[in-house]
Amino acid sequence: MAGLATTFGSGAMTNSINEITTDAELMMLIGTNTTEAHPVIGYKMRQAARRGAKLIVVDPRRIDLVDDADYWLQIKPGTDIPFLNGLMHIIIEEDLYDKEFVETRTENFQALADTVKNYTPAYVSELTGISEEDLYAVARLYATTDRAMIFYTLGITEHICGTHNVMSIANLAMLTGHMGRPGVGVNPIRGQNNVQGACDMGALPNVYSGYQRVIDEAARKKFEQAWKVTLPDKNGLMIPEMFEKANSGEVKAMYILGENPVLTDPNSNHIRSGLEKLEFLVVQELFLTETAEYADVILPGSSFAEKDGTFTNTERRVQRVRKAIEPIPGRADWQTIMALSAKMGYPMEYNSPEEIWMEMASLTPSMAGITYERLEEKGIQWPCPDSQHPGTPFLHAGTFIRGKGLFQAIEHIPPAEMPDEEYPFLLSTGRVLQHYNVTTPYSTGIQSMWPEEFSEFNPEDAAKLGVETGDMVKVTSRRGEITTRIKVTDRVPPGMLWMSFHYAASPANAITSDGYDPITKTGEYKVAAVKIEKI
Amino acid sequence: MEMVKLIINGKEVEVPSGTTILEAAEQMGINIPRLCYMKGLSSAGACRLCVVEVKGARALVASCATAVTPGMEVQTHSPDVMEARRTILELLIANHTPDCLTCEKMGECKLAEYCYEYGVKESSFKGEKHNYPIETSNPFIVRDMNKCILCGKCVRVCDEITGQNVMGFAYRGFNCKPAPFYDDELVESNCVFCGQCVAVCPTGALTEKQMQKKGRRWELERVKTTCPFCGTGCNFDLLVKDNQIVGVASNPTSVVNGYALCVKGRFGWDFVHNEKRIKTPLIKKDGQFVPASWDEALDLIAARFKEIKEKYGPDSFAALSSARCTNEENFLVQKFTRAVMGTNNVDHCART
Amino acid sequence: MKNLDQIRQKYVEQYRRKLGKDRIVVGLGTCGIAAGGNKVLQAIKEEVASRGLDVEIDFTSCIGMCYCEPVVEIALAGAPSVIYGNIIPDKVAKLIESHIVNKTPVYEWAAIQIPGEAAPYEGISVMEKFPYYEKQVRSVTSRLGRTNPESIVDYIATGGYEGIEKALQTDKQAIIDEIKKSGLRGRGGGGFPTGTKWQFVYDAQDDKKYAVCNADEGDPGAFMDRSVLEGDPHSVLEGMMIAGYAIGADEGYIYCRAEYPLAIRRLNLAIAQAEEHGLLGDNILDSGFSFRIKIKAGAGAFVCGEETALLNSIEGERGMPRVRPPFPANKGLWQKPTVLNNVETYANVPFIIRYGGDWYAKMGTETSKGSKVFCLTGKVNNTGLMEVPMGITLRDIIFSIGGGIQGGKEFKAVQSGGPSGGCIPAEHLDTPIDYDSLTALGAIMGSGGLVVMDETTCMVDVAKFFLNFTQNESCGKCTPCREGTKRMLEILQRICEGEGELEDLDTLERLCKVIKNSALCGLGQTCPNPIATTLKYFRSEYEAHIIDKRCPAGVCTALKVYTILEDKCTGCGACARNCPTGAITGAKKEPHVIDTEKCIKCGTCIPKCKFDAITTA
Repeated sequence: MAGLATTFGSGAMTNSINEITTDAELMMLIGTNTTEAHPVIGYKMRQAARRGAKLIVVDPRRIDLVDDADYWLQIKPGTDIPFLNGLMHIIIEEDLYDKEFVETRTENFQALADTVKNYTPAYVSELTGISEEDLYAVARLYATTDRAMIFYTLGITEHICGTHNVMSIANLAMLTGHMGRPGVGVNPIRGQNNVQGACDMGALPNVYSGYQRVIDEAARKKFEQAWKVTLPDKNGLMIPEMFEKANSGEVKAMYILGENPVLTDPNSNHIRSGLEKLEFLVVQELFLTETAEYADVILPGSSFAEKDGTFTNTERRVQRVRKAIEPIPGRADWQTIMALSAKMGYPMEYNSPEEIWMEMASLTPSMAGITYERLEEKGIQWPCPDSQHPGTPFLHAGTFIRGKGLFQAIEHIPPAEMPDEEYPFLLSTGRVLQHYNVTTPYSTGIQSMWPEEFSEFNPEDAAKLGVETGDMVKVTSRRGEITTRIKVTDRVPPGMLWMSFHYAASPANAITSDGYDPITKTGEYKVAAVKIEKI
Repeated sequence: MEMVKLIINGKEVEVPSGTTILEAAEQMGINIPRLCYMKGLSSAGACRLCVVEVKGARALVASCATAVTPGMEVQTHSPDVMEARRTILELLIANHTPDCLTCEKMGECKLAEYCYEYGVKESSFKGEKHNYPIETSNPFIVRDMNKCILCGKCVRVCDEITGQNVMGFAYRGFNCKPAPFYDDELVESNCVFCGQCVAVCPTGALTEKQMQKKGRRWELERVKTTCPFCGTGCNFDLLVKDNQIVGVASNPTSVVNGYALCVKGRFGWDFVHNEKRIKTPLIKKDGQFVPASWDEALDLIAARFKEIKEKYGPDSFAALSSARCTNEENFLVQKFTRAVMGTNNVDHCART
Repeated sequence: MKNLDQIRQKYVEQYRRKLGKDRIVVGLGTCGIAAGGNKVLQAIKEEVASRGLDVEIDFTSCIGMCYCEPVVEIALAGAPSVIYGNIIPDKVAKLIESHIVNKTPVYEWAAIQIPGEAAPYEGISVMEKFPYYEKQVRSVTSRLGRTNPESIVDYIATGGYEGIEKALQTDKQAIIDEIKKSGLRGRGGGGFPTGTKWQFVYDAQDDKKYAVCNADEGDPGAFMDRSVLEGDPHSVLEGMMIAGYAIGADEGYIYCRAEYPLAIRRLNLAIAQAEEHGLLGDNILDSGFSFRIKIKAGAGAFVCGEETALLNSIEGERGMPRVRPPFPANKGLWQKPTVLNNVETYANVPFIIRYGGDWYAKMGTETSKGSKVFCLTGKVNNTGLMEVPMGITLRDIIFSIGGGIQGGKEFKAVQSGGPSGGCIPAEHLDTPIDYDSLTALGAIMGSGGLVVMDETTCMVDVAKFFLNFTQNESCGKCTPCREGTKRMLEILQRICEGEGELEDLDTLERLCKVIKNSALCGLGQTCPNPIATTLKYFRSEYEAHIIDKRCPAGVCTALKVYTILEDKCTGCGACARNCPTGAITGAKKEPHVIDTEKCIKCGTCIPKCKFDAITTA
């Protein structure tokens, strides 16, 4: 979210999901396999495409939505910035950009223009593998379509240049005036059910709820007063730093709630050794996960069905979660945290999640107007500053949150690791439809239908290696090795192996790259060099 | 908006142009039976149960698919209409498994509801009945085509909502039925098991396998909630009986998704009751996890956290919150980390 | 705008040259080919070659006299054309010897002659006076059997493409007004006024419109459209072009059943010829009007003759009817305004534009103008294709044109309109044929199929036949048609099996009413007609099946009671010797008897009896 926060002043999906069906005339998908990772949004994209909205899919893989697409740009992994710069090059060169918007709503245009000038179609085509003809067609189509939405997910962010990728997308949207109206915008679709909420609530090392900075004294004072404590005044550690410091012995104790970094974080061997070194680890979980194995104490977690509360979806919509059954371990997670806090000598006295919400809302201007009562029917999209405010379906109308949109001049940054002679294949990872981070393997039906990994591998490569669908292979990177079954399919281009990260028996993240985005510390899950051997 | 005046059952009513007869009647509180009609899907006009009499028309018209016209005179329950509806219901049950007593849809079956309303106890038509094998080869959807009334909603929802186009009609005449390509089983098709077809099926032809024998529909408490499986934020109803979740049902009032869900949201809920759930706190002793009481576990954690904080300073502690927990829990975790442990070392795995 | 004058002049000369030679022309419609026309043509070619004769050998389409195919026409330069029927290869030598070499027609084989300006031969009926043609008119069928359907020269030389030429210089609304003035109604069965339909599409605002031709002729016993497509394909194209121009379409589709390969072949040829001549494609005759025609072959579903199912099928969807409204005129092919007419309707259009709406409206009755093409089949002497003025009586068609009932049997009923039509009994034979009179009788005009039945036809069995057809061809979409036709069929089967009950007739009547009232599409709504009309006009036959367990026509196997007439039986024993179950017994030279318990009604005995002593009624 750092990319959008820098450019616009707020890091969230700018527009609403239902604008896909009601407003969009064009959808450009970059690094999002929506029908699998966000099926219901994927349905809507398909509906929109079939009612005539243009669909542009930018993806190395032939994802399902390619079937409904007007353009499929089979981009080489890790070349999103040149691609986006290339589009902007054409748009500026052909004078297709929104001059009024650029003039009145943005700043730093010249720097952008100077940078993208070097990204000629010929140069970009060579880097990205996309034909010049398609670059021209898509640039013109996007620039001249009134209501054009861009969507992306982790295919954009899980790169060492993730933040820069996002900024480039923001550049493109601003350049063409595709901001601040229905049916436009820059729309990151959040992977997990409450990523947005976890960020909004301040489960981040640098901000409190509502993105109030911990280094901002006024904000800190407000929280100190409310919580009646003194609060630390410098930013905390991000996850990769936590594990680095666990490895180096500086972090001694961890409390992990409902996360399984061993399976889901990149370079899991590094995570394992960090966990191993901790003096004390508490894991609060539903199941005995790979991470929980390292715990000194495991606290039983409660599922979504066992508690009241709220989730905030990818379009900033706060919606109710309602308790359907009694907590299976006897208490819900919020009650467990309260009890622990009390034992630590800091009693938190909430009678219900609603009271927690009210405290948060009272401290958070962007959500001050949201109450459980108002959420009852359709939820509310923040910002919602007061009890009369209807919520905000699309952001940045009239003005950006940071005032003027800030163009960022961004140069191409190649992936940290590319295939070479020793590791000739490119490994990319992602989600499949049937699974979700960690809970779905515990669904009997889902597990029985889709019990194991089938990594996607191009027929050309398969023929060379003599492997067929169903064969087991060993996949080795500089970090480690795993085994997986192969599915031979032209969904992936030659030279690529594509895996999901859902299966403990084929833990892709044991071998993914250890490169990460220096700003967000997000790992480069999407590009790693591997070798593949039939076993 | 242009308004149209018409007369339904002798009463004048004014509705926006483009309104169907069925919708206009609904506004007047007149209930017209329908099996193939569903708001949000195109109108097939297939079941013909919603036919009404329109003055001057050659035949009865399907009210679900006919827009009102100015001055139209409509009878929704005239003798001809009633005769047609009763006959259609009789025709449908003549070719329908009469096992209502044990049918999973009992209580939510629209066919049963209309037979009740129109007093159709049995069919006067005797003859051939379908005897298709019941498809149970996938873990989610039971397909009993002997109970299918060919409303075609499964076909349309798969096309118009999910866009997967798995289902189509196969064969002709009496042998017509909705089916995947080559009339194969769903597991052999490109079905993504979103279950939209089950959600819209008006009879027991499509039912949730997980819900078989788990309770009658009217016994189930419905709790509307938000799906825990991705960032879309779909809403649905959890179906609960005796403190157990037994299923998920679409809740059409859901603002993001309406009827639509995916395989995870509709069928993945059973992880909640998986026997591998951790039910008590566990403390590792000599490398083994040993069950402990809540107090025992929390006391130990509190003591160790305090000790480490004192010995190494607050920044030796770090917390990972969860993108799967609620807002309120995330708020508490960061509050705990900051206010109690005294550090800003709190993060969660999906920052980007 | 360019005109066709030059080309026409050239083609007229070419056509006249052809007519000015000694000619032999073989009828090669599907009927002629099926009867062996190609072999006859081959034999003619060989005979002509071996004799070294200078004769023009040509082929044409079906002239209508299907009952005497293969048909061969021979004309000497300046002499009448003589049309011979039932010509087999063996007759060819004599035919050529006599007619070509000796210049003497073979009188005993000649059916009719067409003298033209020449003096007629004595002793051969002139076409106009011949009973089969006397009451016919030849307008839309005027080229059938007379020109070469694969030659655009013949078409243009006989006035073809004058219609589009004229239309392109006429205001669009004026064209539609001319069609309205003609009173032309849809010839596919619905009878909707064509001009009004065009007006709807003309008035609909859209960036794209279509003209679609329904050539999915599916009624059993109907081949009007096939004959026109095989005999005069250009006229259909020209009609579509005129429609396309008038309504503002630039694209047309012909949906033709794949079972008509010859029609499709000739259509494709005609399209290619028209494109070559700049009559189809971009900027036709420099008028600014562009029009293209594509052929879509249907895969053999009766329901695809229903207009909305047809549109679905063109779009690649399953052929299932759509709900109407919206009508195709507003939302047709790919949801665009679409004119949909059948083959015969389109084929009429060039004539109307050439000769004017008033000319056309002179023919026919007050509400049904012009002529109609019918196909007469069944138990009638002259089966074939005919064009008659609207308002002619059924009696004229069956007895004057059709030559009465085969074998001198009694007329029982005529089925009009195929599975959607009804059976009309003898008492209504003097009904003038028009849309409204036939509908009043419970039948329909339909596309023009007439199936004649005689006293040996069981009307319950006929109803069963049509219901079996309808049930098999029901698309399955709507409940009344899918389930209702099945139950009606089952009831009819039970009645024919002798297991019917009187209340079955009430059930049938209820189903007829409900299906007619509530089915989704026109085919569904009309599918009870065969039952409704037979119940109305032949109820006693149903009652005989149910009450007396007897099939009066002796058709329903289960109800046949084989008995030996005592007064006719000579006791020869031939029947008993051949009976597979030993059901017939009797002393030699004494009348035999049949044990009905043992009899399996196989019918073996009947042809064995030389004395007509065994009956089944």
